[in-house]
Amino acid sequence: MAEVLVLVEHVDGAPKKVTYELLTLARSLGEPSAVFIGNGFDNAKDKLAEYGAAKIYVAGDGDLDGYLVAPKAEVLAQIVASASPAAVLIPSSPEGKEIAGRLAVKTDSGVITDAVGITDGFVAQQSIFGGAINVQAKVGKGTPIITVRPNSTPPEPAPGQPTEEQVSVSLSDAATKAKILDRVTEKKGGRPELTEAAIVVSGGRGLGAGENFSLIEKLADTLGAAVGASRAATDAGWYPHTNQVGQTGKTVSPQLYMAVGISGAIQHRAGMQTSKTIVAINKDPEAPIFELVDFGIVGDLFNVVPQLTEEIEKRKA
Amino acid sequence: MNIVVCVKQVPDTWAEKKLSPDDKTVDRVGVDGVMNELDEYAVEEALRIKEALSAQGGGGEVTVLTMGPDKSVETIRKALSMGADKAVHLVDPALHGSDALATSYALSKALGTIEHDLVILGVESTDARMSVLPAMLAERLGASQLTFARKVEVGTGTVKIERQTDSGYDVVEAPIPAVVSVVEKINEPRYPSFKGIMAAKKKPLTTLTLADAGIEADNVGFAGSGTEVTDFAARPPKQAGQIVKDEGDGGSKLADFLAQQKFI
Ligand SMILES: Cc1cc2nc3c(=O)[nH]c(=O)nc-3n(C[C@H](O)[C@H](O)[C@H](O)COP(=O)(O)OP(=O)(O)OC[C@H]3O[C@@H](n4cnc5c(N)ncnc54)[C@H](O)[C@@H]3O)c2cc1C
Ligand SMILES: Nc1ncnc2c1ncn2[C@@H]1O[C@H](COP(=O)(O)O)[C@@H](O)[C@H]1O
Repeated sequence: MAEVLVLVEHVDGAPKKVTYELLTLARSLGEPSAVFIGNGFDNAKDKLAEYGAAKIYVAGDGDLDGYLVAPKAEVLAQIVASASPAAVLIPSSPEGKEIAGRLAVKTDSGVITDAVGITDGFVAQQSIFGGAINVQAKVGKGTPIITVRPNSTPPEPAPGQPTEEQVSVSLSDAATKAKILDRVTEKKGGRPELTEAAIVVSGGRGLGAGENFSLIEKLADTLGAAVGASRAATDAGWYPHTNQVGQTGKTVSPQLYMAVGISGAIQHRAGMQTSKTIVAINKDPEAPIFELVDFGIVGDLFNVVPQLTEEIEKRKA
Repeated sequence: MNIVVCVKQVPDTWAEKKLSPDDKTVDRVGVDGVMNELDEYAVEEALRIKEALSAQGGGGEVTVLTMGPDKSVETIRKALSMGADKAVHLVDPALHGSDALATSYALSKALGTIEHDLVILGVESTDARMSVLPAMLAERLGASQLTFARKVEVGTGTVKIERQTDSGYDVVEAPIPAVVSVVEKINEPRYPSFKGIMAAKKKPLTTLTLADAGIEADNVGFAGSGTEVTDFAARPPKQAGQIVKDEGDGGSKLADFLAQQKFI
């Protein structure tokens, strides 16, 4: 069966959920090979086997993590040259897309980003223009390089015993130009990551003040959800920019999206319109967000949200 | 220091964006065009860098580069009226249908005709939304990649940025020449002044055809693209949802809905 490469996205070796989704998707198209680049492989090994990697390429040389993007594209290009895979699947994160772009240039291949599905013959499904149009696209040149959005395929385990191949890399000068001097974490941890979360609760200008985001956080925590924000809220400094949803923020596609005190401007919709179920709380019945919802409450969020949080807690107890 | 800013004209945010049924490309002719919003931040950053350097006695020019149909001149004019010094417009019917692979090739060739130390782009275009071009250009030019910048500091022979990440930012440094892409938190783009708009009319604008830039026709347009849209359809309209006015029990009604949908 044709080999399909899956780039493992990980934090210190711990794979992100999207990796399991891509391995599951790759299994429906061919034989998945995971490509692990960077440090911490011991943390990833068992998980990659559990989700059905038939083979794992490991490029763990010390300094691969110290440079921006380019080394990862170089390692992938090297594997593509030796293994001639049927396709390369990469998570659609900002870095993943950049790796895909550089790999496309190196291998003179077509690149498709933000696929929400891939069917036989590597036909990618995309949702463009803020979810208004569904597109089918194909790569006609070189090796199909496709980045896939998180939450596109439910991850399913398929335990196996993958073979391992160490990849030795000698990085070119071009790949080691952009050096990472420092990594600064600003976000408080604990909650699921925005793009990966099954449920996202977002707050907007309607909250009126930064401290009122505690209402959103409390609600999110009862649901095990990630917290998002509109640009109005991040511009006001009420919540970090890393949590912004929309055209200039993150694109999310969770099972459930809750918009609280958000009007639903077109730029915001561009980042959440493909969510499976959409719920809104807004005191203005004319707010455009209501055009998208499965269920909406017209009312004051300061009354509705605390009651909702309490109800959820009661029902869970 | 010479800076090139790549700007793209995109369909207006509020316009209904369409694909043309015959060749499945973005309809750019039938809709109002605007400068890709993020590219305004790129132009602004280039101007600020130039202004800061010239305050220290440094020289250099800001050149706007765009690839697109005739209509894209509107976007070039805007960048010039913001304060860019000159412009290059790559325009040729053979470019129609270019995807990221072909566009990055064509832009890299056009950049070969302009002296530059820095190339600055927006992180993403609002029509294609791929956010791959900056990385692809860096790869093609063999230049340093400094992308997703929320802050740019130009040193002697090097550039340092804060790269926006999921959890915060990375501090990244690289030698010039470099390709920089900027996020919208980086600055507040200026509005063109009346004086700027008048001055823009007299600024040099060079038009490049494929031949002028040494671009091989086989590598651009539909022929040079690595991808193909095989089919598309409007998303089926969403069924109207249920909207309830809060009568003091809105929270518990919403909880009912969530329970019924098995979220709790
Ligand atoms: C280039 C560009 C890029 C952009 N990118 C993004 C992006 O990535 N993401 C993004 O979100 N936006 C983006 N925007 C901004 C976007 O246009 C809107 O300005 C923004 O989404 C509005 O945020 P909001 O809905 O929180 O605020 P508003 O539009 O002010 O809406 C607040 C809502 O809260 C409701 N409300 C107020 N008080 C209460 C209450 N007590 N109870 C219940 N409801 C209440 C109001 O009725 C209103 O509907 C972008 C804009 C530009 C120009
Ligand atoms: N045709 C073009 N001409 C000039 N610059 C472009 C063009 N297409 C894309 N760009 C630049 O590349 C950035 C990223 O675009 P994209 O990868 O398409 O999302 C944009 O913000 C522009 O700065």
